[in-house]
Amino acid sequence: MSFFVELPNASALPLAELAPIAFPKLRQGVLDSVVRGDRLVALFGIPQASGRLRLVVILGVDATSTLRLATADVEASYEAFTPECPPAHWFERELAEQWGVVPRGHPWLKPIRFHRSMRPGTDAWLRPSADPIVPGVTDFFAIQGDEPHEVAVGPVHAGVIEPGHFRFQCHGEKVLHLEISLGYQHRGVERALVGGPHPRSLSHAETLAGDTSIGHATAYCQVLEALAGVAAPPRADALRAVMLELERLANHTGDLGALAGDVGYLPTASFCGRLRGDYLNVSALVCGSRFGRGMLKPGGVRFDLGSAEVDELGRRLEQATRDLTNATTLLWETPTVLARFEETGVLTPAIVDRLGLVGPPARACGLERDVRFQYPTGMYRFAQVPVSTWHSGDVFARAYVRWLECRRAATFVGEVAAGLPSGPCATPMKRLAPEKLAVALVETWRGEAVHVAVTDSEGRFAAHKVVDPSFHNWMGLAMALRGQEISDFPLCNKSFNLSYCGHDL
Amino acid sequence: MNPSVTFGGPLATALGLVGAPLLLGVINKTKAFFAGRRGPPLLQAYFDLVKLLGKGAVYSRTTTWVFCAGPIVGLAATLVALLFVPLGGVAATFAFQGDLFLVVYLLGLGRFLTVLAALDTGSSFEGMGANREVKFATLAEPTLLLALLALIRVAGSPWSLSPTLGNISTASSLGTAPVIGLVAVALVVLLLSENSRIPVDDPNTHLELTMIHEVMVLDHGGPDLAFILYGAALKLWLFATLLAGIVVPVRTGNLAVDLGATTLVALAVGVVVGIVESSMARLRLIHVTHLLVGALVLAAVALLLAVGWSR
Repeated sequence: MSFFVELPNASALPLAELAPIAFPKLRQGVLDSVVRGDRLVALFGIPQASGRLRLVVILGVDATSTLRLATADVEASYEAFTPECPPAHWFERELAEQWGVVPRGHPWLKPIRFHRSMRPGTDAWLRPSADPIVPGVTDFFAIQGDEPHEVAVGPVHAGVIEPGHFRFQCHGEKVLHLEISLGYQHRGVERALVGGPHPRSLSHAETLAGDTSIGHATAYCQVLEALAGVAAPPRADALRAVMLELERLANHTGDLGALAGDVGYLPTASFCGRLRGDYLNVSALVCGSRFGRGMLKPGGVRFDLGSAEVDELGRRLEQATRDLTNATTLLWETPTVLARFEETGVLTPAIVDRLGLVGPPARACGLERDVRFQYPTGMYRFAQVPVSTWHSGDVFARAYVRWLECRRAATFVGEVAAGLPSGPCATPMKRLAPEKLAVALVETWRGEAVHVAVTDSEGRFAAHKVVDPSFHNWMGLAMALRGQEISDFPLCNKSFNLSYCGHDL
Repeated sequence: MNPSVTFGGPLATALGLVGAPLLLGVINKTKAFFAGRRGPPLLQAYFDLVKLLGKGAVYSRTTTWVFCAGPIVGLAATLVALLFVPLGGVAATFAFQGDLFLVVYLLGLGRFLTVLAALDTGSSFEGMGANREVKFATLAEPTLLLALLALIRVAGSPWSLSPTLGNISTASSLGTAPVIGLVAVALVVLLLSENSRIPVDDPNTHLELTMIHEVMVLDHGGPDLAFILYGAALKLWLFATLLAGIVVPVRTGNLAVDLGATTLVALAVGVVVGIVESSMARLRLIHVTHLLVGALVLAAVALLLAVGWSR
């Protein structure tokens, strides 16, 4: 497959090296690679002046820590990848919606975010431009017959959570099929980033998914640094890793508490609610924002840690982690909790692999899939965090993997913060190089977040593609629900805890 | 006639009408204590009722009078049932041969109308909730009947609740203890399931898909919701006092002592419910059936023992 261009994580290459090849050749090459075990990391389009659409495929070769890129130009339609490569399912729906190209042979081609094509005059479904496009108004699978019944949940939910629509086909309490329809949170972030970087682009990256501010900001900054040929100093790398792991700790802790709350187990639910706040406050100690907003900037970080703050951070972290250990030990030792967690929402490694899931749901099936380990950048090149896996693929596994990651993250943060490299915590940024493409993968607490930026002849963003881990994983949730009781949906949903706005962008 | 009989019944009923929401406060305070929180005020349920009564109600255009009748009949049925349930040794306001059937089926009537009101909305959530409620009721209702029948046989009294509970006392022979014990365990399970407590249902959850009782009343608001909440509080009070009257049978004959003791034990039942809710997770929905079948079997065994003992 010589036409693939290889690239390490968080680096850039000139567009000239990425010449388009014939589409059938690209398609066959991608399918062959996926059969061999490569993962589909991103698939997106860049409109060309010629009116064609340039497809960019990014594959991840976990074993060699390299990304493989290839491009091809397509006209109004092309032969879909999805029938032979299921991870492309939502990517191709996205392509059809964004650029009005039709992936021929796609098994279930419908919009995912419900917006108009970004190339005026094109529409994959030939919808008249006068007709309004309303989120959730589309075709859904329906099971005919007297006995099955349909349950529609959302987009407005009972709790204070994001909007999303879930359509269940049930027989009694048993779920035969779940279809998930999102798009209610679409804000047009990718479009807003084009022509950038603007002064507000970093804020856009931080709020792609509000609970993953550090994760997305890290990927965004790494892309910019790769394009500018600037390296963040070691101290900045270390501080970024500290913040990323604190974000992981806070969110995993919140999830463990919420999982306990969903099965009505109050002790862990109450304690984890408080402890999540403790971890967020440690983030606030570093940069003044509980969610780490404003911590990162291209070239480094904005806030340094003094030795007194390092001591305070270590003290608070130790205290919170001790309490977290107590709170979660209760969870693993209570039979009624285990009875709810175990064998609920089981995913097999085969399904996870076939769908291309990432993050804790993948690791909960025993798959060692962790960007920090396979594509290390920044601090993770020097300090390893062991990959946390469990084998059972159920709600318990997804909860337990979170706990394992919490423990290892706490150790990691303690060690890195105690031995921060000396030196400055930012390097001055330079202009972005023109006609280049940069990719950065970051293991956020939800899984692999991908940022891809392409610059035009003036060094401004011609395209900025974001793939939130949720984009890969929503289909995993739908599959986990098959054959489950509908009353277990909230628990399964919480065990994935996917982002709506990160998906909707 | 003993003055405590004429006077005690209405007093016990009044105590229930006023005190029932307090039981919810006791449960919530207990849960808050175990969670290390301060928790809502003890009287929060009263505040909620006052607030809801002052609000208007919104009715969906798809609903009919059945939807409006649900909360009213539900509350009325529970209120009438309360008139027949003695507070420990203190006889109820009314008693007659066979009043236990009236009590069981008044509770059944309230449930029936609640279910109808839920179905009347046409919502898939409420339909699911109604389905679950009825499924579990088919097990809970016979359990309650069998448990009460076992008590009557043991007490050797006419078929009426007030004399039955009056006859149960600490002085009863050892032979009745197993029956009382089995009935008490069955009643604890019933109390938890009929009042949508953990491990059967979660009164705090906001997740419609997991709810049993709560999901049926999602569309009710304002005074209707107040009626439902008050009815639920009375039902909890009814089960708690019944249980209290059996497990700690204080029968001094002194009205104040008997009333006070049973009420205190009923509040202690609230503490126990709070402890149960703080120490275990909810059951998976299919396992609720197993729990209720277990309670049904216990009640049946109690009845068999009682029949054998009284022969």
